[in-house]
Amino acid sequence: MVIARRFGATQPVSQLWLVLAIAMVRFYMEKGTHKGLYKSIQKTLKFFQTFALLEIVHCLIGIVPTSVIVAGVQVSSRIFMVWLITHSIKPIQNEESVVLFLVAWTVTEITRYSFYTFSLLDHLPYFIKWARYNFFIILYPVGVAGELLTIYAALPYVKKTGMFSIRLPNKYNVSFDYYYFLLITMASYIPLFPQLYFHMLRQRRKVLHGEVIVEKDD
Amino acid sequence: MICLWDSQNSWDFSKPREPCGPEPAEAWAALGLSRPPPEAGPALHRARREVPPCLPPRVSLPPVLSRRCVHSKASVLGDPAPRGRPQEVEILDAKTREKLCFLDKVEPHATIAEIKNLFTKTHPQWYPARQSLRLDPKGKSLKDEDVLQKLPVGTTATLYFRDLGAQISWVTVFLTEYAGPLFIYLLFYFRVPFIYGHKYDFTSSRHTVVHLACICHSFHYIKRLLETLFVHRFSHGTMPLRNIFKNCTYYWGFAAWMAYYINHPLYTPPTYGAQQVKLALAIFVICQLGNFSIHMALRDLRPAGSKTRKIPYPTKNPFTWLFLLVSCPNYTYEVGSWIGFAIMTQCLPVALFSLVGFTQMTIWAKGKHRSYLKEFRDYPPLRMPIIPFLL
Repeated sequence: MVIARRFGATQPVSQLWLVLAIAMVRFYMEKGTHKGLYKSIQKTLKFFQTFALLEIVHCLIGIVPTSVIVAGVQVSSRIFMVWLITHSIKPIQNEESVVLFLVAWTVTEITRYSFYTFSLLDHLPYFIKWARYNFFIILYPVGVAGELLTIYAALPYVKKTGMFSIRLPNKYNVSFDYYYFLLITMASYIPLFPQLYFHMLRQRRKVLHGEVIVEKDD
Repeated sequence: MICLWDSQNSWDFSKPREPCGPEPAEAWAALGLSRPPPEAGPALHRARREVPPCLPPRVSLPPVLSRRCVHSKASVLGDPAPRGRPQEVEILDAKTREKLCFLDKVEPHATIAEIKNLFTKTHPQWYPARQSLRLDPKGKSLKDEDVLQKLPVGTTATLYFRDLGAQISWVTVFLTEYAGPLFIYLLFYFRVPFIYGHKYDFTSSRHTVVHLACICHSFHYIKRLLETLFVHRFSHGTMPLRNIFKNCTYYWGFAAWMAYYINHPLYTPPTYGAQQVKLALAIFVICQLGNFSIHMALRDLRPAGSKTRKIPYPTKNPFTWLFLLVSCPNYTYEVGSWIGFAIMTQCLPVALFSLVGFTQMTIWAKGKHRSYLKEFRDYPPLRMPIIPFLL
């Protein structure tokens, strides 16, 4: 029952990412440029990147062994990028960095969900497992670079328009500056990204090379 | 008491031993076991076990310190006439199972605290506060007061050791984390340079509520500091060192964030004016008095130096009557104080701080409530953890 539920969740999602990948390739082949790419795929992207919230629920109920915190960080950064950056800040939608992280996400997600799907079917080709635990070595840094470059490109527009910000004086005596928030977010990649990366590296050593890793305890 | 070891002939292993006390079965039953653990009996007739030297600790020490840690003297307590059979205690690392120490001739009525002290003598980098000793590698830590002979162990007790990491005393942590907000808030109140624009340096707000807020905030943290020094009785002496960084970031960070807005030159006083401020001040003062009353009542439950736990009950002080409805009224009053302060200042960061504090205190209150229920059969059923009737 649990497996069926999980299967039901992974199957359509991996198909969606495949659809997205095909749409992106077709667009580029037809138009020869990445400009306008985001606009054409944005609805699909938003739909199932938000769908990814389900991932956290899966972790919470325990269908997936990943910790809630790791999944939470992953999903939040995705939702943040899609809704708070690319959707809200129109001028940066044609940046190359957007293509960079879109490609990274697409390939990662197709590999990951194929891995889950085939594992549930008990017919996991070694290539899929190999891909899942090796592609990330390149894809993680590429995706992070794309995300950071996009946020960096968005900064001038945010500063100019003062979007999502509250200034003093106001009734509730609070202020929020989206510009500084973005700077802090970019800085937070420095401690967070290595942790996720090394977590995946440890998983890779465990799964592919059968190493027994003595976990550090709190 | 089992006395399978005749004190006169204790060193002569050639003679067979005879029980000289009550039947062993009774004694084991007293420990809650139906039969003696496997090591009893035959162990005495075994050849004296090869005593492992202390393996070098993971932290590299100069050679002079990695010596054999066998204690051949019996007295842990210096008791000239040992009652009962002295125990052997071996201490293994909980993760790697390597033998860290072997203590023989430990008094059966020695406490875990004393065993920890013995262990420290040979591994000085692991002072007692840092040691977690347990019967099972994945089990719960044994308490310092636990007596060795009351534990379900055989002739040789095997204890598993876990390093809790560098420890720091609760008092130190509390003093540091409370002194910070007191000092930091005042920096903002006096508008010290480089916070607000230069033309505001050392100026004073023209709103009464800002001065009132400073008094309330400072009073709150002075009260906390004094309670830490003179009122609270802590059941644990220490906590892990990294907690001080976590806790100080939380308290100091939020204090700076709140103080920045309340003392800002562009601060907007509460919408409903003096009425709102007076009401909020009343709530704040009542909750501060309540919180203090509860701390005093909890202190009086526990005699100095002891670690006893009792059900708290209402006393003559009306503020303690909240015990009828709630397990942790000190937390209830604390949340109330901060809600009062939030209404008084009408500042969203204060409300957020109250919310975060409330979440944390609810988790603590639920834990405390659960342990009260587990420990006391006759715990009053009407009580909720933190909010009467609700939470």
